[in-house]
Amino acid sequence: MKTSLLRIQSIVIKELLQLKRDKMTFGMVIMIPLVQLLLFAFAINTNIRDIPVGVLDHSQTSLSRILQQTVSATGIVKFTHSYTSIEEAQIAIDSNKVRAVFIIPQDVSQRLVRSSSVGLGLPASSKQETSRPVAQWLVDGSDTMIASTIKSLRNMPLTELLDKPANRNTATFETTLLYNPEQRSVVNIVPGLVAVILTMTMIMFTSAAIVREQERGNMEMLITTPLAPLELMIGKIVPYIFIGAIQVAIILGLGYWVFNVPFNGGLTQLAIATFLFICASLVLGLVISTIAKSQLQSMQMTVFVLLPSILLSGFMFPYEGMPLAAQYIAEALPATHFIRLIRGVVLRDVAVVDMSFDMLWLITFTCFGLLVAALRFKKSLD
Amino acid sequence: MSRLNNKLSGTDNVNDYAISATQLTRNFSNLTAVSALDLQVEKQTIYGFLGPNGSGKTTAIRLLTGLLKPSSGEVNILGCNLPKEAQNLRMKIGYMTQKFSLYDDLTVKENLQFVSKIYGLTPNEQKARLSELLSVHQLTQQSNQFADSMSGGQKQRLALAASVIHKPKLLFLDEPTSAVDPQNRREFWEQLFDLCDQGTTILVSTHYMDEAERCHKLAILENGIKRADDTPQNLMDNMAAQIVEIGAKDLRHIKDQLIQLPQVVSAAQLGTHLRVLVNKAEDDPVALLQQQPCLHTSDKLALVRPSLEDVFVSCTNQKITDDSSTTSQGGIG
Repeated sequence: MKTSLLRIQSIVIKELLQLKRDKMTFGMVIMIPLVQLLLFAFAINTNIRDIPVGVLDHSQTSLSRILQQTVSATGIVKFTHSYTSIEEAQIAIDSNKVRAVFIIPQDVSQRLVRSSSVGLGLPASSKQETSRPVAQWLVDGSDTMIASTIKSLRNMPLTELLDKPANRNTATFETTLLYNPEQRSVVNIVPGLVAVILTMTMIMFTSAAIVREQERGNMEMLITTPLAPLELMIGKIVPYIFIGAIQVAIILGLGYWVFNVPFNGGLTQLAIATFLFICASLVLGLVISTIAKSQLQSMQMTVFVLLPSILLSGFMFPYEGMPLAAQYIAEALPATHFIRLIRGVVLRDVAVVDMSFDMLWLITFTCFGLLVAALRFKKSLD
Repeated sequence: MSRLNNKLSGTDNVNDYAISATQLTRNFSNLTAVSALDLQVEKQTIYGFLGPNGSGKTTAIRLLTGLLKPSSGEVNILGCNLPKEAQNLRMKIGYMTQKFSLYDDLTVKENLQFVSKIYGLTPNEQKARLSELLSVHQLTQQSNQFADSMSGGQKQRLALAASVIHKPKLLFLDEPTSAVDPQNRREFWEQLFDLCDQGTTILVSTHYMDEAERCHKLAILENGIKRADDTPQNLMDNMAAQIVEIGAKDLRHIKDQLIQLPQVVSAAQLGTHLRVLVNKAEDDPVALLQQQPCLHTSDKLALVRPSLEDVFVSCTNQKITDDSSTTSQGGIG
């Protein structure tokens, strides 16, 4: 037992020494979370502003120009071009000069007077005339995000146009937004980013760790020594648990200080959730390393796991929107469960035990993976 | 039968030999890397594996260290039966791989510290053993140098130091001097004799004749088959061919002609001379060659003492013509 600990310790020290010498890898440990956080947190934004749009004004009146300014004042769109024919507008959308075109009809003033959006109440008039839209949006609907943002302009009130007090409609439902009332994307992104970056670095490091020994010929020496497979695996994993912890600290720390992401949960809960996920990822890396024959192969397999972890885990797109098959795949990925856990802990202050399904799943995954890795790793050259 | 013998004669038989293998065979899918190898290595001797690349030297060593499992056959190393007791053996054997297998990005000292911890040396033992090894292997100067930046000879000394850190009773060296200059090779062999003197049994594989000649005993391997097995001196004395040295002009042409004779095993040019191996069954090889039309009466022919290279050539060549069935088997290095 004592010699066993000594052997594990010697592997850990050796790994740390090698890591210290490998400036590039050591730099990446710090730079990956730092740069990716700054990049993603600034770049990923679901509140879209200033969409470039064009205008096709058939009316050419002061009213049409005021209408245009009112729309522009919402900040959602920005009028960058002006067109004189519908063909011209179509070409502009096709060539991606603008994402949408605002078409103002000739009879805009008549439409506007009867419109409910100006707040005059329902006009007493013949039925056909009642509710004609004031103007039209021609939208490049291929990007659903842009399309739905412009669709949100459909019912915008135009009360300012006639300088009337707003006719406030009572909403059918009241919605209360908990935990992120300002609807800032960064609040959701930062905890999720912990999962993505840990998946990437943890799996990559361990999957390369054992393959590297094989590639450089060190394994041939190691397997003639009394070193047991499990000792080697534990010795390889331990340094990376610390590295994972450093990365989590960088991401959440920066998120807190720079992006104002609230940290509502307890540190212990965070530590438990992170530890479970780091172990699961490291074990997955170990399994990969027993399959891969070279570092290149292990890298490819890491990407194979990484992409679904980004796209299916709920980091970018909500789990609920995925078809059943994709949900099953997502359930198999450790990242999915960790994203639920860490968002729970960081944003909603839940205890890991209260999300026992995700917690147990990570534990099961770790044990099963360790078993597979130890069985697959043979201490001979056969 | 050999198992029965071992049992009858009790532990004595096992104790006499550091390595004892019977009918050891290893197949890789469709080729046989080691075929029915019988091997007895006495304790405290240096035993050599001599063979060309791909003759199964490395595979044989890997089988004997328990790194590979044999397809069939029995191996007993220092009283442990392989592959069952491979784990018990780890503390008793040392293995220096063909390729440098320590860490390039660690210093000499760090590498040795790492290996000594793996073998369970306590901090005090480690300190004493390390300084001893560093001075014996002349690495004290380089102790803080990265393994990466050392010369071939230094790397090889480091590898040897690491493989004997736990004072193994049996040491396997796989082509230890392939990347080392002659001067370093001499010093390296001095170290080996010192170790042997201190009670270590050493098995070394090589394709250098001069190195093979230094071994106490030698096995010549080809295509995974042991062709001969004796002391270098006996091998030379008992070889199955006689050597005629020819001094003449146009040696290339003469060689082409002579090689076609059924009695000639092989012919090789050494500078101004042609060395011809003639089958031992021939009574007067000089007369036989002299009769050949390609040689003139003025050419000098003389019977000379065989070298180990001649033994090697006659051992490996002879069998190819004798039974072509075995040549279909390839080998793995």
